[in-house]
Amino acid sequence: METFIQQVINGLVLGSMYSLIALGYTMVYGILNLINFAHGDVMTVGALTSLTTALLLQSMFPGMPGWFILLGALLAAIPVCVTLSLVIERVAYRPLRNAPRLAPLITAIGVSIVIQTIAMLVWGRSYMPYPQLVTNDPINVFGATVTQTKLGVIGLSAVVMIGLMLLVNRTRLGRAMRATAENPRVASLMGVNPNFVIAATFAIGAALAALAGVMLATTYGVAHFYMGFLPGLKAFTAAVLGGIGNVPGAMIGGLLLGLIESLGAGYIGDLTGGVFGSHYQDVFAFLILVGVLIFRPSGLLGERVADRA
Amino acid sequence: MNQQLLKFAPVAIAAALALTACNRQETPATKATPAPEPAKAAAAPAADVIKIGHVAPLTGGIAHLGKDNENGARLAVEEINAAGGLKVGDKTYKLDLVAEDDKADPKEGTLAAQKIVDSGAVAVVGHLNSGTSIPASKIYSDAGMTQISPSATNPKYTEQGFKTAFRNVANDNQQGAVLANYAADSLKAKTIAILDDRTAYGQGLADVVERVAKQKGMKVVAREFTNDKATDFNAILTKVRATKPDVVMYGGMDATAGPMAKQMTQLGVKSTLLAGDGVCSPEFIKLAGDASGILHCSQAGEAVEKLSKGSEFVDKYKKRFNADVQVYSPYSYDAVYVVADAIKRAGKTDRASITAAMPATKYDGLTGTVAFDEKGDVKGGAISMFKIVNGKMEYVSTVR
Repeated sequence: METFIQQVINGLVLGSMYSLIALGYTMVYGILNLINFAHGDVMTVGALTSLTTALLLQSMFPGMPGWFILLGALLAAIPVCVTLSLVIERVAYRPLRNAPRLAPLITAIGVSIVIQTIAMLVWGRSYMPYPQLVTNDPINVFGATVTQTKLGVIGLSAVVMIGLMLLVNRTRLGRAMRATAENPRVASLMGVNPNFVIAATFAIGAALAALAGVMLATTYGVAHFYMGFLPGLKAFTAAVLGGIGNVPGAMIGGLLLGLIESLGAGYIGDLTGGVFGSHYQDVFAFLILVGVLIFRPSGLLGERVADRA
Repeated sequence: MNQQLLKFAPVAIAAALALTACNRQETPATKATPAPEPAKAAAAPAADVIKIGHVAPLTGGIAHLGKDNENGARLAVEEINAAGGLKVGDKTYKLDLVAEDDKADPKEGTLAAQKIVDSGAVAVVGHLNSGTSIPASKIYSDAGMTQISPSATNPKYTEQGFKTAFRNVANDNQQGAVLANYAADSLKAKTIAILDDRTAYGQGLADVVERVAKQKGMKVVAREFTNDKATDFNAILTKVRATKPDVVMYGGMDATAGPMAKQMTQLGVKSTLLAGDGVCSPEFIKLAGDASGILHCSQAGEAVEKLSKGSEFVDKYKKRFNADVQVYSPYSYDAVYVVADAIKRAGKTDRASITAAMPATKYDGLTGTVAFDEKGDVKGGAISMFKIVNGKMEYVSTVR
């Protein structure tokens, strides 16, 4: 039982981070029908910026408490990611907005490679240790072990996601976003500026990515120039699992994928009598994705959206 | 209808991308790698340059180890050149190091090997990983070209019957046995959990440890797997924790072991971490931070500070590259000298003559006397044990 609770916590920590990244994919897809493959790399830049900032703050103010430095690092990462994302949108995606669907997709892949390469040139090729800013002493909760960092990841993600739901459902901007997603031309006839809404969407997604990047780096204690690639891909999977374009879907998809991975790795060996070991954890996750897509092609929470004109 | 199809196109492409994902992360790096091969034009055999290849991963998680190997080889090449070059017969040659990047990827390893063969190199020092050295050895064998790996420890590498495959480090049959014995005798372990990263090296070493541990009467309470690009080990470590092992043995590299050690402490796993040479580096200490103290590890070879000329080498290395010796640069350094020695003894600079001269090698180098058995393994290879104390590697013992 202890082990089970622990695996669920492991899954929630992992899943929270997937959810945050998945939201960036899904919001952009919802409005532009574009899979923004550069999103994972924006997250990398966020993590690496926060690493540089944290090291700088540490050397400038040696006595500063760790969580304060972490906050400073996060506050530095968010504007960098938001700016980067806005530049990408303006330079690489906006000129292609009315082009065939494949053009922006390929561009997104190109942008992803460019960002990775730039990150490699700036931060180097090796794995860098992320400073331990918050104590990592294990805390016991119902027989399971957590750390302050992990509790922070779960708690902060929950708060941010609730905030995002409120933003999308209760504010003027949220309404404009939903309207643009439904039909950009009609929305603009109603006085919504689609360029502004789209830029805002990219900015919000990038801020979430920055947060996820800082979380990933602090939780695992390493950062490197392609760290965002695999989590980005997994988060994309999570977004599809939940129904791409659907905001609550991305949250649930992310948490679900985290849980599947962690419980899969934990129990797949016992369930199959040792035929499949823990190295099949990814296979397990992707099999579930295939299953969901066969029986519910629009994802768990996705609904059939009318074809756009 | 057409619109329907188009709607799914992005998803299909995304899926295709997902499948090739593992390779893509490496693509951008290639261009930026400053592959030092200025002597492209000197392909004509008449030039007074002998090319020696070197292959190791220069990008990815273990690029620091690859660079370390390359630095060792480069130091040897530069020394030989500074001393006037290599005299063969009545001619003096300069050595030129042709360095390639294999990204620690078996596929890339064969590509890099082919590049080395095509470059006209007479012999190659490398590769770093067993997983790349083994597939590449076929290509070098076909080209009749001597290959000395300074760090590939998987036994299979020299067991394929290739006349061209040599290594100047001990293999994992030895290393695995030393690790298992150390767990039983020095750490007094009764139970052991074994993890590996499913690479030729990690899996091979873990399998040997498992076998010897069982012979020693230890109980293997868990056997779990991860991969060489993972960062999250919480799920398998949670499973391991439930079995309460005295020792957790990991067959893998330092880039993954660092975060793993951290996660072990975070999860409250109280076991000692035991690992092979891939983890036994200063880089591990950097990545694991406060958690590094749980590690005991082995290096295939004598500890550099225990070598008679070791401290001299460390100083030279530091001065030239402004970096610390990681693990295997003393061995890649010696491997270049072994090749130079074989060329001198052969009196010729063609691949076949060098390969023919290799088995008779008896070279007194930095890492001791290098001589090979009939398979191409180094004779009397040593294994050293280390533990990490206060963020420093502390030498424990050497087993020969």
